[in-house]
Amino acid sequence: MAIEISKVYAVWLREVKRFTNSKSRMIGSLGMPLLFLIALGGGFSAMVPGYNYQAFILPGILAMTILFTSVFSGVSIIWDREFGFLKEMLAAPASRETIVIGRTLGGATTAILQGTIILVLGIFVTGTPIPTIESLAAIFALMIIFSCFLVAIGIAFASVVQEVETFQLIMNLLIMPLFFLSDALFPIDKMPGWLRAVSVFNPISYAVDGLRGLLINASQFGIMFDFGVSIAALIISITVATYLFSKTSI
Amino acid sequence: MDAVVVSNLVKKFNSFAAVNGISFSVKKGELFGLLGPNGAGKSTTIYMLTTLIQPTSGTAVVNGFDIQSQSDKVRESIGIVFQDQTVDTRLSAYDNLDIHGRMYGMDAESRREKIDEVLQLVELTEWKYKEVKTFSGGMRRRLEIARGLMHTPDILFLDEPTLGLDPQTRRHIWSYIEKLKEMGITIVLTTHYLEEADYLCDRVAIIDHGKIKVLDTPRALKSAIGGNIISISSREPQRLSDLFIRKRICDKTRISETVVSFETKDGAKLVPKVMEIALKEGIGVESIEVHMPSLEDVFIYYTGASIRDEKGAESDFVARRRRHGY
Repeated sequence: MAIEISKVYAVWLREVKRFTNSKSRMIGSLGMPLLFLIALGGGFSAMVPGYNYQAFILPGILAMTILFTSVFSGVSIIWDREFGFLKEMLAAPASRETIVIGRTLGGATTAILQGTIILVLGIFVTGTPIPTIESLAAIFALMIIFSCFLVAIGIAFASVVQEVETFQLIMNLLIMPLFFLSDALFPIDKMPGWLRAVSVFNPISYAVDGLRGLLINASQFGIMFDFGVSIAALIISITVATYLFSKTSI
Repeated sequence: MDAVVVSNLVKKFNSFAAVNGISFSVKKGELFGLLGPNGAGKSTTIYMLTTLIQPTSGTAVVNGFDIQSQSDKVRESIGIVFQDQTVDTRLSAYDNLDIHGRMYGMDAESRREKIDEVLQLVELTEWKYKEVKTFSGGMRRRLEIARGLMHTPDILFLDEPTLGLDPQTRRHIWSYIEKLKEMGITIVLTTHYLEEADYLCDRVAIIDHGKIKVLDTPRALKSAIGGNIISISSREPQRLSDLFIRKRICDKTRISETVVSFETKDGAKLVPKVMEIALKEGIGVESIEVHMPSLEDVFIYYTGASIRDEKGAESDFVARRRRHGY
């Protein structure tokens, strides 16, 4: 069965409705990125006079927001399994690909909504110059690619580990290392060698670097290269997610 | 053409056969029941017929489509109401139905019409835009049924439709199911409530340990096991039982705690004789009851155990298997 757009839309709609129905979740998930940006960013900026650390980590915090929301959105298949809704999806006359694409786009939509809020607040808080329309378009394109990549990772995980108890494990063993072992908080050329060695293999680093290039013109790898890595990561993760999800059962 | 034709269906989880070679047919417009204790293989059968799991061997044709080679066609033409809750509690009733309609390829107009129709059928019209998490258990069940009907399926599968509901809500659900039957929808339901199978079903298959023990109309099943059942409550059931067999009152008895029961042609006439024999031997009789065979008696007759005696061990096993994937 092919991917049917109207059914992709149905799955997308469900994700977005669930999200917009839950105002507390929407506001709650903005708390941590804002704390990082304002408290951590502000604190370090004061320690290193003359260097706007806040503006430096804004792309990192933007990536963090998207990272959390996207992975959780993908992983929430575990909850759907627990609370039964997954059966409704699997019993419907829709291909597994359709469901994976719909969920990926749905999760990415919610993540981009949050990312947009952080981006707008962040630009004002950090005094980052307002990007041009072209940069803004590129920023959103990169955020979408990055977010879809992460939702797919979440789906892949949820297809393999099925217990609700592993939720915390995913947080500690997947999300936190992805975030801290990247260039989100530290410039890659100032990192200790071992951290740099790890960071260059972390796809998050390239999304952050691309956003940093587009926001404050401080890319290390080159924006085109960042896009290339992010797209490659997306293709791999969505392929793996579709494969693993097609193996999943009720 | 029959709505469902099942041929020698088998599902094994490792070496455990949850469904062990069952065959039956369901006629168009029929209300067919699979009756059995927890873990008998009812849900596994439903999962196979609705293409959610693959059979180990054997096959089935649902609505003219093979469950393995034409699973998409099967899915489009059936509705399923699962045993456990599968509605999204964070969405409204409307959204649940609307998204379901979209997943089944319905256009905007037919979705709108059908949502009103099915909500009216299960009397949830006032709750259309309310979030499902505010619904009671009975209301959620009704919404599940409404959703199963959303895309106008030819066959509706109901897996334990009244599990865990209070008697009043159960009656309510029964009346909806009867309405569906009047509308001409073929219904396959599983239940472990004997009175439910007796009340609703045109035909019942008693299933135990993955096999069908007997299949017929509830009336035929009941009349097949004899005229009446006599149940005698006594302090010495075993002695009483031996006595009856020795005196040729009956061929065999069944003892359940303090009650001895047996089938007989004309129970009322036999009561004085039974009393006389017991008194002569000095066995105290606490009560004596003559009744028409119930489906429970049929069940005991064919499976050798009361449906209420069954432990949940087997069903836990199946549930655990299910959770960890196949």
